[in-house]
Amino acid sequence: MAVIGVVGAGVMGIGVAQNLASCGYETILVDKDEQTLEAARAAVARNSRMSRLMGGPPLDPDEILGRITTAVGVEALAKAELVIENVTENWDVKREVHEALDRVLAPDAVIVVNTSAIPITKMAAVGAHPERVVGVHFMNPVPAKPVVELIPGFHTSPSTVERTRAVLHGMGKRAVDVKDSSGFVSNRVLMLTVNEAAFLVYEGVATAEAVDDVFRGCFGHPMGPLETADLIGVDTILYSVEVLYEHYADSKYRPCPLLKQMTDAGLHGRKSGRGFYTYTN
Amino acid sequence: MTEISVAAQLQSFVEGRFPQSSIATDQDIFSLGYINSLFAMELVMFIERTFSVTVPNEELRIDNFRTVEAMSALVERVRSTALVG
Repeated sequence: MAVIGVVGAGVMGIGVAQNLASCGYETILVDKDEQTLEAARAAVARNSRMSRLMGGPPLDPDEILGRITTAVGVEALAKAELVIENVTENWDVKREVHEALDRVLAPDAVIVVNTSAIPITKMAAVGAHPERVVGVHFMNPVPAKPVVELIPGFHTSPSTVERTRAVLHGMGKRAVDVKDSSGFVSNRVLMLTVNEAAFLVYEGVATAEAVDDVFRGCFGHPMGPLETADLIGVDTILYSVEVLYEHYADSKYRPCPLLKQMTDAGLHGRKSGRGFYTYTN
Repeated sequence: MTEISVAAQLQSFVEGRFPQSSIATDQDIFSLGYINSLFAMELVMFIERTFSVTVPNEELRIDNFRTVEAMSALVERVRSTALVG
């Protein structure tokens, strides 16, 4: 089976690596320091253990970790046939990683950008081979979410799309095809909703609990927008809204000041133990 | 630690997450619509830390976490297994 590289050992990278490994792929997970990778291995072990509880298959943590090699730096990905990049939703950070990937990878290796809102065409233009870059918007928690958005950029080749679709299929994912546009379908709508929900809390119109209660109780959503924000990461929400604001130059995407303050204060949601709600991690 | 205090601690942790003031010990908390399977993970963390136990992988099933009673029984079972083992 193909060797798949995963760049970025944050929440998404950890989920992608676990999903790949549990589906039999030899996976190389890279980040920029050993401590992050150590924490990632512990998270994969913990999440694999919880798999059945979360409605997934029972997983043996040792078996999953046995298929994941961790390494510092993208140089370790030289032999990967397909690389899924999941670094922070920040243009400068992503650009630097894509420059490095373009240098290190074989010219026919596929680069998948996992992003909430950055246009794929813009990301693909960083390297010399835009035809091998494609966007996939994975949902969190990755192993538990069976559907993704698949987004070709302007120059993405049909073979890149089909090779990516094959790996997604191997991961148990169904892809919904969406054209390239900042935020795609999901976040064009979701980020505005979360941002507006944050404004309601900021203005004192309703508490986070009340906002979420309306969405669950009145609309039948399994989660309200602010619980969703905590799950995605309040910092990631802010960065995504900022990307939309910058891309469309439309004031309707102005980020709520509360999201900025929470991000500065380290209230990043579930992953930091506190966001709109408090968690036991 | 007695069984009652295990149940009481579990009940207080669960009630902290619900808008209604009290949750019966035989109430299926996942049927109330306020929490999802991610909360099950938090329950495992809480139980393992509070009662200094490790829940064996085969016990990590949602049915063991549906009610305060089921969780109390799980804690008792894991503790007695640990003593035997």
